[in-house]
Amino acid sequence: MLNAKIPAGPLDKKWTSYKSTCKLVNPANKRKLEIVVVGTGLAGASAAAALGELGYKVKAFCFQDSPRRAHSIAAQGGINAAKNYQNDGDSVYRLFYDTIKGGDYRAREGNVHRLAEVSGAIIDQCVAQGVPFAREYGGLLSNRSFGGTQVQRTFYAAGQTGQQLLLGAYSALERQVALGNVTMYNRHEMLDVVVVDGKARGIIARDLVSGKLERHFGHAVLLCSGGYGNVFYLSTNAMGSNVTAAWKAHRKGAFFGNPCFTQIHPTCIPVSGDHQSKLTLMSESLRNDGRIWVPKKQNDARKAADIPEEERDYYLERRYPAFGNLVPRDVASRAAKERCDAGYGVGSSKQAVFLDYADAIKRYGKIEAGKKGLDHVSEDEIIAMGKEVVKEKYGNLFDMYEKITGENPYETPMRIYPAVHYTMGGLWVDYELMTNVPGLYALGEANFSDHGANRLGASALMQGLADGYFVIPYTLGNYLADDIHTKPLPQDHPAFVEAEKAVADRIQQLMSIKGTKTVESFHKRLGKIMWDKCGMARSEEGLKQAIAEIQQLKKEFWSDVKIPGEINELNPELDKANRVADFIELGELMCVDALNRNESCGGHFREESQTPEGEALRDDANYMYVAAWEYKGDHQWTLHKEALEYEVVKPSQRSYK
Amino acid sequence: MEHYNMNLNLKVWRQRNTQAKGSFETYQVKNISSEMSFLEMIDVLNEELIAEGKDPIAFDHDCREGICGMCSLYIDGRPHGPWEQNTTCQLHMRAYKDGDTITIEPWRAGAFPVLKDLMVDRSAFDRIIQAGGFISVNTGNAVDANALPIEKDKADASFAAAACIGCGACVAACKNSSAMLFTSAKVTQLALLPQGAPERKSRALNMIAQMDKEGFGACTNTGACEAVCPKGISLTNIARLNQEYLGAALTAN
Repeated sequence: MLNAKIPAGPLDKKWTSYKSTCKLVNPANKRKLEIVVVGTGLAGASAAAALGELGYKVKAFCFQDSPRRAHSIAAQGGINAAKNYQNDGDSVYRLFYDTIKGGDYRAREGNVHRLAEVSGAIIDQCVAQGVPFAREYGGLLSNRSFGGTQVQRTFYAAGQTGQQLLLGAYSALERQVALGNVTMYNRHEMLDVVVVDGKARGIIARDLVSGKLERHFGHAVLLCSGGYGNVFYLSTNAMGSNVTAAWKAHRKGAFFGNPCFTQIHPTCIPVSGDHQSKLTLMSESLRNDGRIWVPKKQNDARKAADIPEEERDYYLERRYPAFGNLVPRDVASRAAKERCDAGYGVGSSKQAVFLDYADAIKRYGKIEAGKKGLDHVSEDEIIAMGKEVVKEKYGNLFDMYEKITGENPYETPMRIYPAVHYTMGGLWVDYELMTNVPGLYALGEANFSDHGANRLGASALMQGLADGYFVIPYTLGNYLADDIHTKPLPQDHPAFVEAEKAVADRIQQLMSIKGTKTVESFHKRLGKIMWDKCGMARSEEGLKQAIAEIQQLKKEFWSDVKIPGEINELNPELDKANRVADFIELGELMCVDALNRNESCGGHFREESQTPEGEALRDDANYMYVAAWEYKGDHQWTLHKEALEYEVVKPSQRSYK
Repeated sequence: MEHYNMNLNLKVWRQRNTQAKGSFETYQVKNISSEMSFLEMIDVLNEELIAEGKDPIAFDHDCREGICGMCSLYIDGRPHGPWEQNTTCQLHMRAYKDGDTITIEPWRAGAFPVLKDLMVDRSAFDRIIQAGGFISVNTGNAVDANALPIEKDKADASFAAAACIGCGACVAACKNSSAMLFTSAKVTQLALLPQGAPERKSRALNMIAQMDKEGFGACTNTGACEAVCPKGISLTNIARLNQEYLGAALTAN
């Protein structure tokens, strides 16, 4: 059994007591300690900034042309915090409870409670940085609700919350760069972790412009490299989002936790053809006001406007009256798939459902008329006023929809379908966010820790910033306090030489295959296997087939991939080949994990394990554990288990009815 | 939307690296769907080039949903192509018809050197932010978020300026390669908020100084930047920056 090192004591005192008793590093010693941070999204930028402020010598790496491009920027809807500004009964305990329940009882109580405890300070910090959150007329902050909760605790900046939070963290990071505490390496990709005497001591990075390999020492290495949703080829992730940094760490000994836990987001713009390179999310905040429906008649080809009210099936409101359109993401996604599979889907592909704003527009229009004291207003005027309100709340999302589809969502319901969006799984970490390799940490989406089997909306931003601003500054010191005498490794240390050679050999091997098929074609094939057999529904038979198919795909990749260009130049196809090779190995592990977990929980739905109503059926007796996989060589892994102990919350069948 | 396919001629800038001399190459692409995005059209061409043993076209892109600011491209003489308030990654092929010729170039500005083909180095923007595009508040120092009420109008205006994605279209569109719209958006965002007040003067002075040092040109109020900005960042931000700068310069020691 793995030990997560959760502090002793009552749940609500654990973090306080940890902070009061963990070891500290004095300022003079901090100046001598070097920290490598890989990735500059919310977790990486906030960690690099916070550690720079403390006086550590930080080196931060991102593969994009600037840290401001990290994919956190695309998060739309908001960030949760237990502020209870709305006086609607919110509290740290409720945020903790909603997150544990939303995660279908597969997350650690200790971590999640800490997350809820620091959530309020994140909002304070962001406002102090100048993040322009939405405000009410009185000048105070505005909130909205998200799925899986019954309070309004989500702070937002229109549909661009991730952008504003990331730019806040980015500006804090750039300030530290200007002060000389952080050195920034743009257009660099980490290609291996350097381990000496069992401890992480640096990385091998590739300069993506020159193609040259570089050796970077660190007393500790923080992986903040995001999630691995692009294993499915089509996802809402950015094109460059990849698993490579985490996967290299895994191959160097770090355990991979719950790899099969992936989140399929219910409201995305449907696929339109074979050429599609990525999918676009429509924020969950749209479910605040929008109503989801399909026709009551199968294969109904009429336009939405021609289908009368009584012939529409608002299936979420029907199945889950208590939460309605705001059920958690996993539940909403499966319900959409169920309707489409049963023949009620809409649009040319029949793989879509409607998200309708007609009611909300009328409702807001009437409220506006009331505010203005207008008694005799026409239906058209009400609709015009309502559209203005909806535009203020969701305008950028509606514009985005129109640009992609060419349809006007103010006039006709949007068509949406679930798409891969987030990965709850990731590198296994203990309470201190350290992997089982000492000195190697994982923060944000790159770790597995806080969301269990399903993440609630507006909680990813919260976790990324919690890890970076408020957790790692404490837990890292606890490790480094014993490391103050360690001198930086010289560039010619055998561990650096050996690690760099292994990376160089692999790149050479890739380039010398000179096969016939493009990297993209392999990625597409991997994505199809994963989506069909390890997507929204999984079965023993399908997973076994998928494993065999992926093993075959790997052989083919390493004997027939075609990569143009040279090694020592800017070569995006080579960058992509490196990443796809890792995705193929990860895909196999995800299927292995999904096959092992013969229960349904959160986003992981095993067809063999469901209630008579088709809801996910957990098996707490056999699977109430974190599955942490150790890499043992090609196609071989050993399972380690971390038991999940619930001291405060009593796990029950999750119900949103 | 009515779906159709088209054949197109592309004139694309190819340049091996920063030092190399670049030139236009012409390509034909066939059966492009009107539902594709512009970058997916280039993906199709690149797959063909790789299959033919040629070097694919290098271009920057990442989120492909108009928010990360990584994509660029100067399309038929206009940054981000023909659509209003739009990024290249959001441009869809229904903007074109069968037989069209499209010219694709990188951003052209001395401060944005070409790295390869259509990719340029925009790290000058990071350095402008380093010069003062922040509020100096260390983690953990903040007061309760609601202890500081901010007028909704000001908060909204600050947000409108903060929507800048740092893509550099403003520089590419400007005949002087000025970075005033980019710089002014950040200065305005922070100048409108009480949190930004303590560093207001030094911020304006230092960011402008860095802008000049990077080799960006002066602003002559042509307004090309505003016209092509994918996020609708307004020219009034530049007026505010001038005001901030002037006020700071007059009272500087």
